[in-house]
Amino acid sequence: MKGSKLPIACDADNRLEVVLPDNVHPTSISRTVRLGTERLRRLYPIVILAIVLLLVIPAALEPFRLGLVGKYLCFAFCAVGLVLAWGYGGILSLGQGIFFGLGSYIMAMYMKLEATSADPAAAVFGAGGPPVPDFMTWNSVDTLPWWWAPFEHVWFALPAIVLLPSAAAFALAYAIFRKRIGGIYFSIVTMALASIFVLVIIGQQGYTGGTNGITNLPTFLGYSVQSDQAVYTLYYVSAGLLILTILAGTFVLKSRLGKVLIAIRDQEDRVRFSGYDPAMFKAVIFAIAAAFSAVGGALFTLQLGFASPSISGIAPSIEMVIYTAVGGRLSLIGSVYGALLIGGAKSLFSEQFTNGWMYFMGALFIVIPMFLRTGLAGLVSLVSHKKVRAS
Amino acid sequence: MSQRMILGVEDLSVSFDGFKAIDALNFYVEEKEIHVVIGPNGAGKTTLLDMICGKTKPSAGSIRFKGLNLERMLEYQITRAGVGRKFQNPTVYEDLTVAENLEISYPHKRNPLGCLFFRRDAVVLEEMRRIADLVFLTDEMNRKAGQLSHGQKQWLEIGMLLMQDPQLLLLDEPVAGMSARERERTGELLKRIAEGRSMVIIEHDMEFVKSVAHKVTVLHQGKKLAEGSMDRVQNDPRVIEVYLGS
Ligand SMILES: Nc1ncnc2c1ncn2[C@@H]1O[C@H](COP(=O)(O)OP(=O)(O)O)[C@@H](O)[C@H]1O
Ligand SMILES: [Mg+2]
Repeated sequence: MKGSKLPIACDADNRLEVVLPDNVHPTSISRTVRLGTERLRRLYPIVILAIVLLLVIPAALEPFRLGLVGKYLCFAFCAVGLVLAWGYGGILSLGQGIFFGLGSYIMAMYMKLEATSADPAAAVFGAGGPPVPDFMTWNSVDTLPWWWAPFEHVWFALPAIVLLPSAAAFALAYAIFRKRIGGIYFSIVTMALASIFVLVIIGQQGYTGGTNGITNLPTFLGYSVQSDQAVYTLYYVSAGLLILTILAGTFVLKSRLGKVLIAIRDQEDRVRFSGYDPAMFKAVIFAIAAAFSAVGGALFTLQLGFASPSISGIAPSIEMVIYTAVGGRLSLIGSVYGALLIGGAKSLFSEQFTNGWMYFMGALFIVIPMFLRTGLAGLVSLVSHKKVRAS
Repeated sequence: MSQRMILGVEDLSVSFDGFKAIDALNFYVEEKEIHVVIGPNGAGKTTLLDMICGKTKPSAGSIRFKGLNLERMLEYQITRAGVGRKFQNPTVYEDLTVAENLEISYPHKRNPLGCLFFRRDAVVLEEMRRIADLVFLTDEMNRKAGQLSHGQKQWLEIGMLLMQDPQLLLLDEPVAGMSARERERTGELLKRIAEGRSMVIIEHDMEFVKSVAHKVTVLHQGKKLAEGSMDRVQNDPRVIEVYLGS
């Protein structure tokens, strides 16, 4: 309609009437308009989440509380990954803590080496070679292990946070899925691996810091990560990366890949006869979920200043699944609210009722999938659809 | 295997717990042939198709298709080689729309990365519309496949096969559960899509078989009982005995 004005007239009741050119059918216009508003409406949830995370929460909370929310956001990365792997791929992983832990430890290795080389006392133990982290020398490891060395470079450590966990996840998942083992068996394998992962970390104290984990990590790239200023910066970085992660997840689900995933979830055997290798697709989505978890883990270490086996085992892995179940396993955004709500509730209540809290979490894990398969997100969309229909 | 053969099954056997479902079977399909397999329940018809498409591994024998040994390949590789399978109970992706069911059947870049960056361009859309039209589902494009009637699911599954553009179609009871009118339309459809392809169809409906078959094979207890034109097979005393006896 370049340059030409739409002829608009008033009808008898003073309503506006648009006189359409002959070649434009009224339904096509209303469809275009409907599609436009539809598309806008689909953007609401992510825009609201961005406003809540980037404007409301930082304005409302003092640095200490903001730091707590920042911590929940780290686990939200795992929850978003689980929406892809579990909600759409049908892969219930009870071992996302492994990848969270890997991301966390890789970040900690970099920060530890940075801290060590900045500390003149540490150089004494290096005996001419690269400086050796304090916990190693306490465990009589006197030279830096070769596989630690590359992590002193940020250009190695940062890509490794994403690539190492996802490569490990891919190799593991492809080997298992290729044998057509899946469902509950895969869940049990991931759970067993989470427990082995923790055992290895605790057992290899000289290389991993053992039960204490890797601590005393004051800086990243020379900047302090402990100041109030750093709390804000790291919070914004986490929230921003989380929103990018959700957008990436949306892109995956909207693509043909997302549709193939749904097809595999519902009819894995049929998909083979559409010419797809389901093992490959499931391994890829599992690797993507692992990468998301690992990013969360790295941000966790940045914000809390340590890496520890306590966030890698079975219990935290199951908690991540609960976040997703509560928020809605089919909703990337819902799972973030799930992580925030449960994480917040946990901080509020667990100090007073440590045991009670565990029972409550267990009950949630059973009740939500039974009565609210699509979680809070399902509830919200149910209510809003009713409203739309009523209006 | 002569020049015009597209599929050659030789000495094929499979047993389940000692029970021979297919027993040293030889079975050939020529190019552009509609080859119907009939036989009483439990004769091994479905099992035969299962082995050609890779769902069941044979215990002995060979399956040659365009110079490939299908018995050594995985299901998705066989599909990519140009064999399309329609199952006895219609299996479509119920949580996806009709359009999406067709879209993911489009034989293009069936790997994760290719799928991530796949776009429904004009060529794909045109093909989806053409096929939807062929299988009478043009008005159902945006409905979830789970909401279709039984007959429509059968059609959708045929449509998904056509999207794959296979050279050999394996159809297991494609008109089962259809009304008389739907059967007729499906018969027309199958004849139309047979052009340029080969088909193996399992069917019980003799009227239907008569109207589409170039060649008929009768299976009985995993063995070939008779083979030839419909007329010849129908008048074969052994076939009459099996059908009357059962
Ligand atoms: N996976 C299986 N395990 C055990 N027995 C099977 C299996 N598949 C088929 N059979 C048996 O093989 C025989 C042939 O079955 P089928 O090929 O489905 O027959 P048809 O399609 O001709 O009715 C039947 O007796 C059936 O019970
Ligand atoms: Mg059968």
